[in-house]
Amino acid sequence: MSSETAGAAGTAGTPGRPVAGASVVSARGLRVAFDGVQVVRGIDLSIAPGTCLALVGESGSGKSVTARALVGLTGGSVAADELTVAGADALSLSERAWRSVRGRRVGTVLQDALGSLDPLRPVGREVADAARLAGIPLDLPALLRSVGLDPAAAARRPDELSGGMRQRALIAAALAADPELVIADEPTTALDTTRQAVVLSLLRARVDAGGALLFITHDLAAARRVADEVAIMDAGRIVERGPVAEVLAAPASAEGRRLVASVPWERPRCERLLPDAGGSGSAAASRGGGGGDAGGAGTAGTRPGGAAGVVRATGGRGAGPGEAPGGDPTRATRVGVVVPSLEAAGGTPVLELDRVSIRHRGAEAPTVVGASLRLERGRTLGLVGESGSGKSTLLRAAAGLVPLEAGEVRLGGEAWSALPERRRRKRRRELAMIVQDPLGSFEPRWSVGTILTDALGRRDARAVEELLESVHLPAGVAGAHPRTLSGGQRQRVAIARALAVRPAVLLCDEPVSALDASVQARVLDLLDELQEERGLAILLVSHDLGVIRHASDELAVLDGGTIVESGATEAVLASPRHPFTRELIEAAPRLR
Amino acid sequence: MSDPGRTGHPDHGAEPAAGPAAPEGAASGAARPSGVGHRLRRARPGTWFLSACGLVILLCAAVPWLIAPGDPLAIAPRESFRAPGWGHPFGTDESGRDLFTRVVHGTRSSVLIGVLSTLLGVGLGAVLGLITGLGRRWVDAAGSRLIDAMLAFPTLLLALLLIAVRGPGVATVIVAVGLSSAPGYARLLRSEVRRVSRTGHVEAARMLGKGPLTIVWRHILPGALGPLLAVATLGVGQAIVWASALGYLGLGAPPPEPEWGAMLNAGRTYISNGWWMTVFPGLAIVGVGVVATLAGRRLSARWAGRGGAR
Amino acid sequence: MHDDARPAPGPTSRGVPGAVAVPGAAAPGAADTVTVGSGTAGAGTAGAGKVGSGTAGAGEGPGEVPASASPLAAAGRPGAGAPLPRGRRRAWWVSALWRLLGAVVAIWLVATLGFAVLQALPGDPAEAALGGPGSQASAAALQAAREQFGLDLPLPQQYLNYLGNLLRGDFGISYGQKRPVVEVIAPLLWPTLLLALCSLAVAWVLALLTAVIATGRSRVAARLASALELVASVLPGFWLAAVLVIVFSTQLRWFPAVSDNSARGLVLPTLALAIPLAGYLAQGMREGMLSALDAPFAAAARTRGETPRGLRWRHALRHGLVPGINLSGWAFGYLISGAVVVETVFARPGLGRALLTAVTARDVPLVLGVTLVSALGYVLVTLLADALVALVDRRAAA
Repeated sequence: MSSETAGAAGTAGTPGRPVAGASVVSARGLRVAFDGVQVVRGIDLSIAPGTCLALVGESGSGKSVTARALVGLTGGSVAADELTVAGADALSLSERAWRSVRGRRVGTVLQDALGSLDPLRPVGREVADAARLAGIPLDLPALLRSVGLDPAAAARRPDELSGGMRQRALIAAALAADPELVIADEPTTALDTTRQAVVLSLLRARVDAGGALLFITHDLAAARRVADEVAIMDAGRIVERGPVAEVLAAPASAEGRRLVASVPWERPRCERLLPDAGGSGSAAASRGGGGGDAGGAGTAGTRPGGAAGVVRATGGRGAGPGEAPGGDPTRATRVGVVVPSLEAAGGTPVLELDRVSIRHRGAEAPTVVGASLRLERGRTLGLVGESGSGKSTLLRAAAGLVPLEAGEVRLGGEAWSALPERRRRKRRRELAMIVQDPLGSFEPRWSVGTILTDALGRRDARAVEELLESVHLPAGVAGAHPRTLSGGQRQRVAIARALAVRPAVLLCDEPVSALDASVQARVLDLLDELQEERGLAILLVSHDLGVIRHASDELAVLDGGTIVESGATEAVLASPRHPFTRELIEAAPRLR
Repeated sequence: MSDPGRTGHPDHGAEPAAGPAAPEGAASGAARPSGVGHRLRRARPGTWFLSACGLVILLCAAVPWLIAPGDPLAIAPRESFRAPGWGHPFGTDESGRDLFTRVVHGTRSSVLIGVLSTLLGVGLGAVLGLITGLGRRWVDAAGSRLIDAMLAFPTLLLALLLIAVRGPGVATVIVAVGLSSAPGYARLLRSEVRRVSRTGHVEAARMLGKGPLTIVWRHILPGALGPLLAVATLGVGQAIVWASALGYLGLGAPPPEPEWGAMLNAGRTYISNGWWMTVFPGLAIVGVGVVATLAGRRLSARWAGRGGAR
Repeated sequence: MHDDARPAPGPTSRGVPGAVAVPGAAAPGAADTVTVGSGTAGAGTAGAGKVGSGTAGAGEGPGEVPASASPLAAAGRPGAGAPLPRGRRRAWWVSALWRLLGAVVAIWLVATLGFAVLQALPGDPAEAALGGPGSQASAAALQAAREQFGLDLPLPQQYLNYLGNLLRGDFGISYGQKRPVVEVIAPLLWPTLLLALCSLAVAWVLALLTAVIATGRSRVAARLASALELVASVLPGFWLAAVLVIVFSTQLRWFPAVSDNSARGLVLPTLALAIPLAGYLAQGMREGMLSALDAPFAAAARTRGETPRGLRWRHALRHGLVPGINLSGWAFGYLISGAVVVETVFARPGLGRALLTAVTARDVPLVLGVTLVSALGYVLVTLLADALVALVDRRAAA
């Protein structure tokens, strides 16, 4: 069924594009198998010079393996009806011949900017490698300048450069031998959103200059910025393909609809991103299928509202179709209330940060300066900023894990940061924290059940079961080790552990940034649901403005350790005052 | 700092089941079968071989008369300097004592010396490592310098210094080898404690309101001791080598005692006409060393795989 | 973080079983927390935390300092993207100064431990200085000796005198030889150092060879190399020496059984010391190289068309050198220890043999003198190794 869809979509996408003969790369029926298990199950690809094809899919969909097949580095067995890369029949290439294709004909940019450069070699040598191996003269300073790097960076070691600079260096390395095709495999995943925008425009510039680009990503929003054509992969097949605008506007496949629905930007605050999954966690297993259809329907429903623009969003929230469980009183008060600034909001805050400054021991400059936040019951405060802006530090200060240099944190209106650790310990269970890496936050020797029992503070199998149930995990997970769980499941276990202490405040440090889009959507939905049920106050730290926008009532923008702007989420996004906020909004991952 | 930047996308995960890569809802297969039987079946052939070797060494140490029923001290002047052959697989020494019997019976004292000195070293190292690892900054700074200074003494020289002060003997050898290995263990434990203290699960335990003692006992120690155990296993082999070196120099067990170092010392005089007196006790040392090293490596790898190295 | 974020291998603990095998193998102060192993450093927050703690021992641990502006940061905002969890990079001379200070402190502690040993001696030191309990020295002679050696002074004063004497190069007087310890040691220093240096050089060559083969494409050769390296590392040096004598002197008669400083005489003792050492070094290097070959940058290099040979020589080798150099500081101590026994086997004049005679005679000042000299050597060699590592891996310099 889906292969037919793929075929149909493939032919539908081809008109208007150069025919396969002119393509830089062209594959028909490409299959890759590891130990007899097919990971890529017969896909067709073709990329013409001057165009970019985005291969979009979640982890395990086979997109990276496809990319590696095009440079002969899969490590598995590759078969195809036809596979032509840069004019050569890739199926008959020897390893030696492949080496002359790699770098020279096909440049590759890998995801991991820190890991993809040898830490012991100067960056310049790494960048120039492809040209040196191909025996092509290279103007290194010019190349570095073309990707926006100071030529002096050539003498540096990778760890002396920032992440964005390293990623630019990797792009330069891929371009060094002037290849016909560039493959960029998740080149922006490791970057802040504003850096992502820069890298994406660099890649796009290459395409506009006549290069062919295969852009592998899990992020539809990134694909929108770079690609002409998009192909959506699921379980080793291309399930949908077509011009970017068309696919994103009206995805035909279930997987496409699910991906589109998972992008949180412009989705109303209270609406479930993937309503189908909200009810039960096991439904998460139903990838695509009926669930995806339901998600697509939800998207279709909101689209008119979203299209009306950001201005209306605050007021329009109540009208969203996601308001189904609207009987909740906390919900009701939230809807439509416009809070001009955090300071002016009424009521006793559950958690309050008052002009907090933090300086790490031995550091010259403070990490956070004079940050004030207030968090009320049943509400979510989003803290957005780039890496190094101090947002995680601020969250850890709120948790009482980091000493303050100045200012105060109050919990439930009472002293918190001012308490000595001994007395703070007794009140710790009013707070709970979820981090980006749940696995690291579990004692490595313990099973899920032990972890939850430990958090409960008593042996109670029934309570453990209830906790798992509340995060939509089957009771059987209790016997499993977190290592054997998927990323989303691990994060659910972390949330269950957080709930075990019946906290008033949930501190979330990048809780979804390591997850696939749809898994991310489900975890966000779960947090939303738990907040409604239990009136949790949530402090949500994220680098992703889309996540923040969808999941928080108020937001604070942190830049260089200072809160530059704060207020009701939609109000701030509708009329940002600070240039950094505007920059963030500009770079936010979105589909339109 | 948990930066999104550090994350990367999970697409490159090596095993699909172990990463966030696996689709949600794969929970059904999550409950991995465990239990001794299962583990035994999963054991690699190397593990079998290693266990068998360990068993042989243990048998030699515990019940040497089962393997070599003779008396290791029985002299037979007429049988002296026999080359390895049917009656005497390892030959005989200058007094006609059967070398095979002596090597087997020597296992106990040699292995015991190695184990005891390792225990001493690990014990001392654990105290020093815990103090520096858990202590305040100045304690750590002072302790670390002390460890550095202790490391500066070459193993054998420290042992010789001690022997010069206290006189030769098995007890001195144990203390000397133990002392000289202590700073290494201390340093390892210190960095392990520091590493575990910084991990997310210790922070999570703090967030649950647990006290420092609970955290050290339930989280830091179990996490830090694993690698120490692995290294200590390797260390037993090393300790046996060093102790036998002292025995070879004539500073360990007194002559008739069947101890490998002392036997090598005896063989020294007859190196030109009784090569077997030198070769076989040494092979025993090498054998035990290889087994201990392999076992230690296995343990290391296992702890690393368990998240010990995270 | 992710499962695919490999634990950053470092030379200290799990990363390099070889290094682990050697209690205290890593260079002091330096390799403790700085991740030197491979390019995956900081692939996860856990790894990042490790890198961050830097030189806690030197009293400067920057902990979790967020990245400050890289000198080249074009956009000006600090630590864009994935910043290194590390403070402002200190100037190289500042960290060099810290290292030097650490070394001085270590030497002072070594001397202090030596003083403690002298105090722990049973019996009257004055009597010992006059020839031991059997000397039947008169009370007047004892008193004179006490005054001569300052033994009647209060302990702190004695301690300061002792340190002062050490600074002047006065290690006391050998009981056995009735000569200043320095005079006894000085002529023996060179033969032992020569042996140690030759062994270190040979061990490096052997280890590099083994490591390169062990990481090579031929699986059989790699297996063989790993097995050899394992057996070599547990070979007792003195036993190997004896076996070498049996094979090459008594049987084949290629080399003399008694060693002098001639090239022929050096061969067997050098091999006896170098082979076990090479086993250790090779372990460290192999692990370093393997983790480099597994690292993402190796995959990235292959996408640029790098050959397997280029991958090994241009990328992996450097990563293998770092643990090798780190181990060399420890190797010095190992060689000095080994020299004691090997010199005995080959009846070679040197520190080791003098030491053994002194130990048998319970000549504590001489033993302590030799020990202090080699501890000093250890500290200096370690300092040198740190500097070398910093040359290869700049991350270790800060």
